Amino acid sequence: MTLPWRRASTRPADPQQERSIVSSADYRQRRIRWTMTALKVGTLLFLLIVGLGPLLWMVKSSITPTQDTLRTPMALWPNGFDLSQLATAWTRVHIDRYLWNTIWLAFGSWAVQIVVATTAGFALGVLRPRFSRILTALVIATLFVPPIVLLVPLYLTIVDVPLVHWRLIDNYWVVWLPAGASALNIILMKRFFENLPREIFDAAKVDGAGPFRLFWSIVLPMSKPIIGVVSVFAVIATWKDYLWPFLVIRNQNLQPLSVRLPIMESTTDLGVFIAALTLASLIPIVLFLVFQRLFLSGAGVSGALKG
Amino acid sequence: MASISKPAPAETPTVRRRAIRLRITRDGLSTVAFMLPFLIVFGLFSWFPIVRALVMSVQETNLVSTPTFVGLDNFARVLADPQFAIAVRNTAWFAFLALIFGFPIPIVLAVLMSEVRRGRGLYSALAYLPVVVPPVVSVLLWRFFYRANDTGVFNTILGWFGIDPLPWLQNAVTAMPSIVIEATWAAAGGTVIIYLAALLGVRPELYDAAEVDGASIWQKIRYITLPQIRNVLFITLILQLIATAQVFTEPLLFTAGGPANSTLTILLLIYRYAFQNSLGGDYGMGAALSLMLAAFLSVFTIVYFWLTRRWSTDS
Repeated sequence: MTLPWRRASTRPADPQQERSIVSSADYRQRRIRWTMTALKVGTLLFLLIVGLGPLLWMVKSSITPTQDTLRTPMALWPNGFDLSQLATAWTRVHIDRYLWNTIWLAFGSWAVQIVVATTAGFALGVLRPRFSRILTALVIATLFVPPIVLLVPLYLTIVDVPLVHWRLIDNYWVVWLPAGASALNIILMKRFFENLPREIFDAAKVDGAGPFRLFWSIVLPMSKPIIGVVSVFAVIATWKDYLWPFLVIRNQNLQPLSVRLPIMESTTDLGVFIAALTLASLIPIVLFLVFQRLFLSGAGVSGALKG
Repeated sequence: MASISKPAPAETPTVRRRAIRLRITRDGLSTVAFMLPFLIVFGLFSWFPIVRALVMSVQETNLVSTPTFVGLDNFARVLADPQFAIAVRNTAWFAFLALIFGFPIPIVLAVLMSEVRRGRGLYSALAYLPVVVPPVVSVLLWRFFYRANDTGVFNTILGWFGIDPLPWLQNAVTAMPSIVIEATWAAAGGTVIIYLAALLGVRPELYDAAEVDGASIWQKIRYITLPQIRNVLFITLILQLIATAQVFTEPLLFTAGGPANSTLTILLLIYRYAFQNSLGGDYGMGAALSLMLAAFLSVFTIVYFWLTRRWSTDS
């Protein structure tokens, strides 16, 4: 499948580059050739064992009877297979419901982040009103503040919203909206929009396009790569989030997987529990495998921003 | 003719002024519309809580009575708390261990991966895979790996080499290194990808030139590769320090700060002050400690911003 932003993906590496530290001349020496091959195979084995190994173990143990996993956790071939553990995790432990909660939380956070980041990036990067420099500085200033500073005051605000005295515990908006306050998203968008060719904007203005039209018909379609990067990281970040949903979503039926899993560990049969862990990691891993290039270049993009 | 050349003086200023005002209000309105989601979300969930944290740190706040001003009392109480010194020491220990494990391994991996010409994508994917696993899942999985009896996963592996079982998370000495190993496993992939991008960005001419001068592979690594990616290395180092100072999920879920407070980190202590206090949340102390941590970390953040700005204008 070819996604539009796959073609236009921002690869950090120069694809033209054909050489690295060890040159072709070096490779003509047999000793170096053998060492390099050994090193590469060694690296691959190391990555397979360390990167993939624990996950393979998790998948294996989710279909291995609990007693086998407890007695011989490293056995390659257990005595039996027990697919029913996955089914039990899905139905009786209600992974389906918590998974749905996680998906719903991730979707909302994604939507809020995209709306806030694109509109703010457009306003600060393209429309550039007079006070945009100050606002940009205020956004960058929040990068200096570690998120923990926000935790306690945000929690108190949620528990008792000033003036109106609402108690917003168990309300998904409490997770969705703060996710939008991401300085990194806005800076990424703003930078991307600023680098779009301004002649196109001017031409559109001459043709009578207003700001909304400019935003919707020109800027957004040209920004698919960066929107893709921000989207993927938005979804993954919500999927990973633990502390905030743990504090503000108390109703067991509304809690996402990340909050439920530690709570149910002690009361769930081990095999079923590992099956639940497998089900919980399935979607992020599939997302990663499908959008691999976007992930890896996105890490490059945020690395380039950092670097 | 006269009527054409005439009109300027009286009319133009007003016409022009009206045109300008029209443009400002129309553009102004749409600009405000575009700013609105951003202003609301940042105002409510970023700027306001930051200000409120500052206010709360000098107040005695619980949810029942109205807050009272107590000056620097909250800070004094945090500094006097014996748990504070423990948390600072543990967090520094965590950061140090995370550096020992998490700094050299990604460099070596990235250098080796940059030499791979076919199938580098597979290497990158494998290295990055642990990063996409939700942290709660990794921690709960590794908790099982760390089981202290001799049929625990890691103890079974140690047994293959004839090594006695380790207590891992259940011992005050080994608990923190165990947590760091998992945290490194979960995070190193991201660093590898950043280093790899930096390595592949090194200009090939530099290597060509070095070879003309007869440089060996080690000399190329020593005098070209490492200096060329020095900035990225240093910046990742600072970011890693900032991140490790805020470690929370791992110690909470692995050990909840135990055994004997050996894994109590600063964030865990903030959490204890605010949310795990049997006497009701001491939000003032939580806010005070958060601000102290923020002030300390801002030194690193300022260095980081200063360096990135300087280095990005240099190149």
